[in-house]
Parts: sequence; C-alpha cells; structure tokens
Amino acid sequence: MTAAPEHAPKMAEVTFRDRIAPHMPVLLVPLIAIAGFIAIQNPSSWLTLTVSGLAMGMMIFIMASGLTLVFGLMDVINFGHGAFVSVGAFVGISVLMLLGHMTEAPSLMLNLGAILLAVIGAMLATGLMGWAFEKVIVEPVYGHHLKQILVTMGGLIVVEQLIIVLWGPEEIYILRPEALKGAITFAGAAIEKYRLVAVGVGLVVFLAMRWVLRRTKIGLIVRAGVENGEMVQALGYRLRLVFVGVFIAGSALAGLGGVMWGLYQEVITAHMGNHAMILIFIVVIIGGLGSVEGCFIGALLVGLLQNYIAFIEPKAALISNIALMVAILMWRPMGMIPVVKAK
Amino acid sequence: MIRSLLSNDLPRSLPLALILGVILICLALAPFLFPGVRTVDTAARICVFIVLVASYDLLLGYGGIVSFAHTMFFGIGAYGVALASTHMGRGFDSIAVGAVAGALLAAILALVIGLFSLRVRAIFFAMITLAVASAVAVLVSQLSGLTGGEDGLTFKTPRELGPAFKFGKEAFDGVLFGVKLNGKLLAYYFIFIGALVLFLAMLRVVNSPFGRVLQAIRENDFRAEAIGYRVVYYRVAATCLSAAVAALAGSLYAVWLRYVGPDTSLSMEIMIDILLMVVIGGMGTMYGAVIGATLFVLAQNYLQNLMGAASELTSGLPLVPELLNADRWLLWLGVLFILSVYFFPTGIVGRLRNNG
Repeated sequence: MTAAPEHAPKMAEVTFRDRIAPHMPVLLVPLIAIAGFIAIQNPSSWLTLTVSGLAMGMMIFIMASGLTLVFGLMDVINFGHGAFVSVGAFVGISVLMLLGHMTEAPSLMLNLGAILLAVIGAMLATGLMGWAFEKVIVEPVYGHHLKQILVTMGGLIVVEQLIIVLWGPEEIYILRPEALKGAITFAGAAIEKYRLVAVGVGLVVFLAMRWVLRRTKIGLIVRAGVENGEMVQALGYRLRLVFVGVFIAGSALAGLGGVMWGLYQEVITAHMGNHAMILIFIVVIIGGLGSVEGCFIGALLVGLLQNYIAFIEPKAALISNIALMVAILMWRPMGMIPVVKAK
Repeated sequence: MIRSLLSNDLPRSLPLALILGVILICLALAPFLFPGVRTVDTAARICVFIVLVASYDLLLGYGGIVSFAHTMFFGIGAYGVALASTHMGRGFDSIAVGAVAGALLAAILALVIGLFSLRVRAIFFAMITLAVASAVAVLVSQLSGLTGGEDGLTFKTPRELGPAFKFGKEAFDGVLFGVKLNGKLLAYYFIFIGALVLFLAMLRVVNSPFGRVLQAIRENDFRAEAIGYRVVYYRVAATCLSAAVAALAGSLYAVWLRYVGPDTSLSMEIMIDILLMVVIGGMGTMYGAVIGATLFVLAQNYLQNLMGAASELTSGLPLVPELLNADRWLLWLGVLFILSVYFFPTGIVGRLRNNG
C-alpha cells in the first residue's frame, strides 16, 4: 500500500499580463499621450494638443454617455441621439444671444452665469424633448432593433428639418463670452481658456455620474437593470420609469454637450448632431455598448488621437478614428469594457 | 417562361401585378411615350434606383441588417467607371473595367466591414457603416487630385451613347415614332436593360435556398444557427452581394449622367432616400423596391413643385409657409417614414398582397 501522495496544491502565480489586463483600457490613455509625446517631440505643442484632445474627448463623452446607458438599460439603440445635440446647441446659443449684455461684459462671473443659464435652458429643452421622443418614437418599438434604428433615424430627420424651419437653413456663427476668449500660456504652451472649462465640466459630469451610479439607490437599480432587467422588475421596481428617467437625463446631457460643442466650434448648423453622431458611435462601440467607464475612456482616446494625428499628418486624421476602432475591435471584439449581461 | 424569369416569385395580387406591369411598360417605352429630356432622365433615374433599392432590400428586408454605407458602395461603382473612363479613354472596355473593379472593391470593403461587425452583433454593423461611410465621403471630397473633390468628375462615355451619334438614317430617316434615333436613346436602353437584368438576377438570389436561409436568419438567428447554418457567413455573403450590386447600379448611373460627384453618388441624403424607398415600397419583397423607387423619384421631381405652390397659397399664415416650403419636403417624408414603419411595416406591396 503506497502512501497517498503528499498534498501539494500549486497556485500558479498570476502573470504580469493577467494582472494588468483589467486595467489595460485605463492605461491606454496615458500610453497614447506618451506615444504622442514621442512622436511630436515638442513639449509645448504636445501640451496644447493634449489639452485640446482631452477637451474634445470630454465633450464627446458628455454627448455619448446617455446613448450608452440607454442601450445598456433597455437594449434600445437611439440613432436620433444626435438630434438632441443639435437642439441643445440651438436652444443654448439662442439663450446666449438673448443674454448679450452678460456675455459681452468682461467679468468672468457674468459670463459663466450666462453660460449656466444657456446650459439650463438647453438641458430643459432637450430633457423635455427626450421625454416626448421616448413616448412617441421609441416606446412603440421596444425589443425590435431593426425598427428602432429606422424609426429613430426618421426622428432625427424630422427634428433636423424642424430646426431648419424654426432657425433658418444658414449656419449661425457665435462668439464665445469675453472672459473665455483667448488663451493662457503655461510652460510655453498656449492653452485656450475654453478648453480648460470643457475639461473641467467633463470631469465634473463624469464624477457625478459615477457617484450616482455607484453610491445611490437609483444608481444601484440602474446598474442592476443593465445586468438583469427582469430580475429587477421581479423585485418590484418599475424599471420602465427608471428607463424613462435615464432617457431624459441622457437627452439633457446630449443637450449640454451640444451647447459646449457649439461654443467649441464657434458655428452651429442643423446637421451638427448628425456629424457628432459619428464620433459618438465610434466612442460607444470601442468603449463597449452600455458601459459608462468604457465610453469615457473611449472618448478620451478618440479626442487625443485625433488631435495628435491632425498635427502630425492632417490628411490621416480623417481615418484615424476608424483605424482606432478597427484596432480596438480586433483586440476586444465587444469593446474595451464589455457589459456582461446575466442571461 | 414568365414564371421562370421571375424565379417563381409572382406578384400574387392582381392590383400589384397591374401596377408592376404599367411600370415595366412605361419604363420600357419611356423615350417613346414621354419624349422630353426631363422625363427620360426621370425614367433612367427610376431604373437605377430600382436596382439600388432592390440591393438594399436584399440586406434590410431579407437579411434584417441595417447598413448606412449603401451610398458608399453606390459611389464606388460610379467613381470606378468615371476614373476608368478618364484614364483609359472613352470606350465600352473602360466602362466594363471600371464597373468590375468598382464591384470588386465594394465587395471586398463589405467583406471587411462585415467580418468586423457582424461576428459580434448585427447592430454594430449599422453604427460602423455610418462611421465608415462618412469617413469615405470626406476622404473623396479631400482627395481632389484623384476624385475631383467637391466638383466631381465629368467624363466621356463611348460615342455610341452620346447625343451626337445618329443611326437608322436609311431605314427610318433617323426618326421612329417622332423620336430621334440617337446615342441618348441607346444610352437609355443600356441603362434599362442593365437594370432589368440586375433586378431579375436579384429576384433569383432571394428566391434561392440562400435567400431562404437569409429570411430564416432574419426571423430567428439563434434558431438558424442551431439548425446548422453559419449565420455570420450568410450575413457577410449577403452584405458583399448587395454591395457589389449597388456598385453596379452606381456604374449605370455614372454612364447615364457622364458625371460623378459627392452629391450625386455619396451623400447621406441619397442614403435616406434609399431607406424611404425600401420602407414605403415594402421591406422583404423585391417588388417593393420597384414601387418604392418609382413613387419616390416621381414625388421628388413633381411633389416639390406642388409644395412650393401650397407654400405660396398659405403665405399669409405664420410658420405654415415655412413648413410647406419645397425645401422642407424631407420633413414630411420623415414623418411618413416613421408612420409607415409603425403602421404598415410591410409597405405598399405587403398591403396589396394582403388585400388581394
């Protein structure tokens, strides 16, 4: 009778690769920034580009976050999301124009007050519109992707045309408020003031959203709903109401993004939402449909890469986003931070 | 004979058969029935769009896949012919080379996009095609050295297809039923026959076993996979096929216009037009493409005048004239589009078949 083999459990050491894998998406942002630094080799232009890339990324994130949450929660894909961006921009800029005395004054407080009022107006308008859009256009086609895509695309066309009816077909040029014009110099790099504001607002929105999703009860319900909606309903929560709320919040955020995007470009057109949609989709896909963190990282990546490439090789900037999307999908076919559905 | 030409997919409704018959006869005899530059141009546009919409229907109606890159494929075919005719000189050989090269390029591009997106999720495809198509449209307008940029390219088609070419002098004195026998007439029939052949070929495809599998996947992809069909292969194949046919339609359009530009072949507006045509005509039937394209192109040409008149009539009221402005017709089409997706998703053809 032989002795039982000695019990010697072996725990394979977690390789460096395995340990770093979950954090890879987050690490990609500094990696791209470092790669950009190596490619550009000029610290001051690199700093300028990085700040503008971050600003662009933040704005895209604000516009895209609603779309990705709405998809995660109810499996609704809204191709009309760009309509909220356009409407937000038009309403916000109209408010700013009404408040001409506040925006032309050289006081920072008055300027920010005017922007705040414009943002509130835009968010109210797009929030209300989101509610109507959900009721009229999205509700009848739950659970039917093909129809959702078609109907929301139709909604986008109608809203775009209504903007032209109300505001006219010409593009509207706008001036930023006095205190946000121009740039400050930091370490030899010229940084536009407005971009710093955009980065700040974006960070605030992201942190607030994370806080709501992680620390509040409503956030808990939303996260649970993304993972397994039926179970949440079985526990007695009216997911439908939560969903309408998220849709309205997402639309209002798109409106906020629209105002900021309009001030960034200094020109607004009825088709701007349509153009923004393209970036939004790329960001949402590479982030992983339904994931807010993924959307944030994706937006920063897109913003940074586009700015670096536009500096290094302007012609290539057009396809840099597509190339980024292809690369990420080859690496992780479901996006960087895929949402796992419990089914 | 007719049964095999139509691949055993008969209209199955008397009104539908009559409408289709009238459209066929009108298109076949358009230069003789409606002589005039503008009407023949409209007829040629209808022919091209029937093919384009039918190829889109193969994807949307039969495959259940939404693509926003269909105008990109259309444009690739058009630019293929234009570039070949510019660089190889006028001639049928350059048209053939351009059309084949365009169709191949379109199919390869569709293969790449399809493999990337369809293996994960069918809705990725809609988003990715939207992004890629817009990037290509910008690229074409930027690469002005090759593509002529925003101005597009004007090129020469073979002499036999131009208005300067006359024939039939001895037999008919150059005139038949009051219509001058010139190259433009030949060009129209070149388009018409090309469109007819492509349409019948597509009818054959959707009624083949391949088409049946596609329909099964559209209804329930999980089940189709379980029965043993590789869903991804079928979807990607449908995408490639539809892209190639769209490119050929683009080639036909380029031959007719003798011009290509971003506005005529690549713009997002054409994509929206195609969507409207498919939905209004009826998704999932090739005949829907015929009716949708015909109605839409006619409306595009003649409804705008009507709206302009209505706008002038109501000029005293606030806001109404702007709503009825001829440039705002997309607004009403958008509303019509949403309503038809809700209330009759099978479109005109579906309605006629149910009643008949």
